[in-house]
Amino acid sequence: MKNWRNHLGLIVPLLVVTGLAIWPALTDSVSNRENAFTILKAIALASSLNILLGYTGYVSFGHIVFFGFGGYVGLYFLNEQGWSIWTSLLIAGISSGILAYLLGKAILRLRGAYFALATIGINEAVKAFINNFDLFGGPIGMTLNFKVYKEYGGAAEALSMAFYIMAGLALAAIVLSYLIRVSKFGLGLLAIRENEDAAEVMGVVAPDAKTWAYVLSAIIPGMVGVLFFFKNGNVEPHGAFPLHASIELLVMVMLGGQGTVLGPILGAFAYQGMRGYLVTSDFFKDIQLSVSGVILLIIVLFIPAGAVGWLRNRFAPLRRVLP
Amino acid sequence: MTPLLQVEGVTKRFGGLQALTSVTFDLPEGQILGLIGPNGAGKTTLFNCINGVYTPEVGRVLFHGEDVTGSKTYAMAKRGLARTHQIVQPLEELTVRENVIAGACFGRENHSLGSAGEIASEVMEFVGLEKRADQLAASLNVAQKKRLEMARALAARPYLLLLDEVLAGLNPSEIAGMVEIVKKIRDRGITIIMIEHVMKAVMNVSDRMVVLDYGQQIAEGTPEEIANNPQVIEAYLGDPNLAKKLMGEDE
Repeated sequence: MKNWRNHLGLIVPLLVVTGLAIWPALTDSVSNRENAFTILKAIALASSLNILLGYTGYVSFGHIVFFGFGGYVGLYFLNEQGWSIWTSLLIAGISSGILAYLLGKAILRLRGAYFALATIGINEAVKAFINNFDLFGGPIGMTLNFKVYKEYGGAAEALSMAFYIMAGLALAAIVLSYLIRVSKFGLGLLAIRENEDAAEVMGVVAPDAKTWAYVLSAIIPGMVGVLFFFKNGNVEPHGAFPLHASIELLVMVMLGGQGTVLGPILGAFAYQGMRGYLVTSDFFKDIQLSVSGVILLIIVLFIPAGAVGWLRNRFAPLRRVLP
Repeated sequence: MTPLLQVEGVTKRFGGLQALTSVTFDLPEGQILGLIGPNGAGKTTLFNCINGVYTPEVGRVLFHGEDVTGSKTYAMAKRGLARTHQIVQPLEELTVRENVIAGACFGRENHSLGSAGEIASEVMEFVGLEKRADQLAASLNVAQKKRLEMARALAARPYLLLLDEVLAGLNPSEIAGMVEIVKKIRDRGITIIMIEHVMKAVMNVSDRMVVLDYGQQIAEGTPEEIANNPQVIEAYLGDPNLAKKLMGEDE
């Protein structure tokens, strides 16, 4: 009887995403689908970032690099090599994971602000590299050949399919985040977040655990990148590695509650909802990023645990229910 | 039989400061070794050289007869060494239970979350923290945090336990409780090195003692020998009659 309650922390997020996935079909509205796509994308990215930021305590200001890199790799195989969307997604996820593994070996020995700075540097370095990499189209990027859509029954069908795959990725990101949170591996990450030196003394092999956390936080963003640019129809360096998108992800995770499964989902929802209002408002449309900055400041100063963290601290029984 | 721990000529410098000069001792299995000396004598540095926080410039550390000099701290934990910290280092935003489970999970026996949970319950009861199990570690007071450090170290089921001033800052009744715990741990067959300033307690529980002063090992012996050693009295104990008092109060 009480069994399902123990998994409430997984069930609620899954219901939220499933609701989002069927909402456009129920209302039969393309504009709702666009909104839901943006929110699902934000959920997938924020939940992934949370593995590194919330569980492990390493602030990455350049997490969007995996989105851009995976997107480029996937689109290259999709467009230039004629691979299917599925194998392109797979190769993009693997490529982002490998990139994270190599980067992790190099920069995860840095702590605090130094790590955060390094992640910004990496984002810019990868952007500069792609900008000069002819195979990926250099500064012009790549434009999707319309033949690719035909394989999936035309543009309309392909875009609808992209939406459902995105919903699948968001679900996968949540399940991954939950499984890590309740596992022994996750406990090791939390120990590193709380006190890395003490964790090592207790026997947590921090260098390995951190590297795997980084890899796991990079795979789904790589796949999300492919879908996004598949739907977009083209990819170019500035659109693939926008630094402000990394910061928006940080705001989402911090807003909802870092280190919790539900937090990033809530944060993604709230942030995208707010952003939707701001960019259409006459007064805010040019300064919506400043508003994000102010929100980040307010969270860090007054509710560093975020919405879900705040609730957990106020109502102790929620700790069990919302991992 | 090889002693559990052999420290051979361990020397550690920090810039111009000679923190440890050729410290040498053996520790047979099942004993309690008391490590005493004035503040800044190098006691915690010696712990850090044993458990891998620092690598000594000269000398070797052997654990179970194997050279472990310069091993990583997590490698030492897997080999069966656990420690507490002088300045407590709880995982603050985790509950007491999660802290102790982490100790069992990543220590020598590498338990799964399930079996670590059982060990955690047992260890929390052993140190008297079972009522605090679901509290955040940050909410404990100092005495409870010291117990938590102890519980976390014990949950790892170590062969060797390094206790760094577990009695400091405790009131007399808390000290008595903690000394009982230390004795019970020894009775379980766990070898202990304890750094302590509470003389009466450390003299009471130690089988042997090592005295450090300015990084030099100035004496080694039984508590009686240490209490009557003129050099130790001069460097640390101060009052020659204190030794008699300390030993006299044992009975």
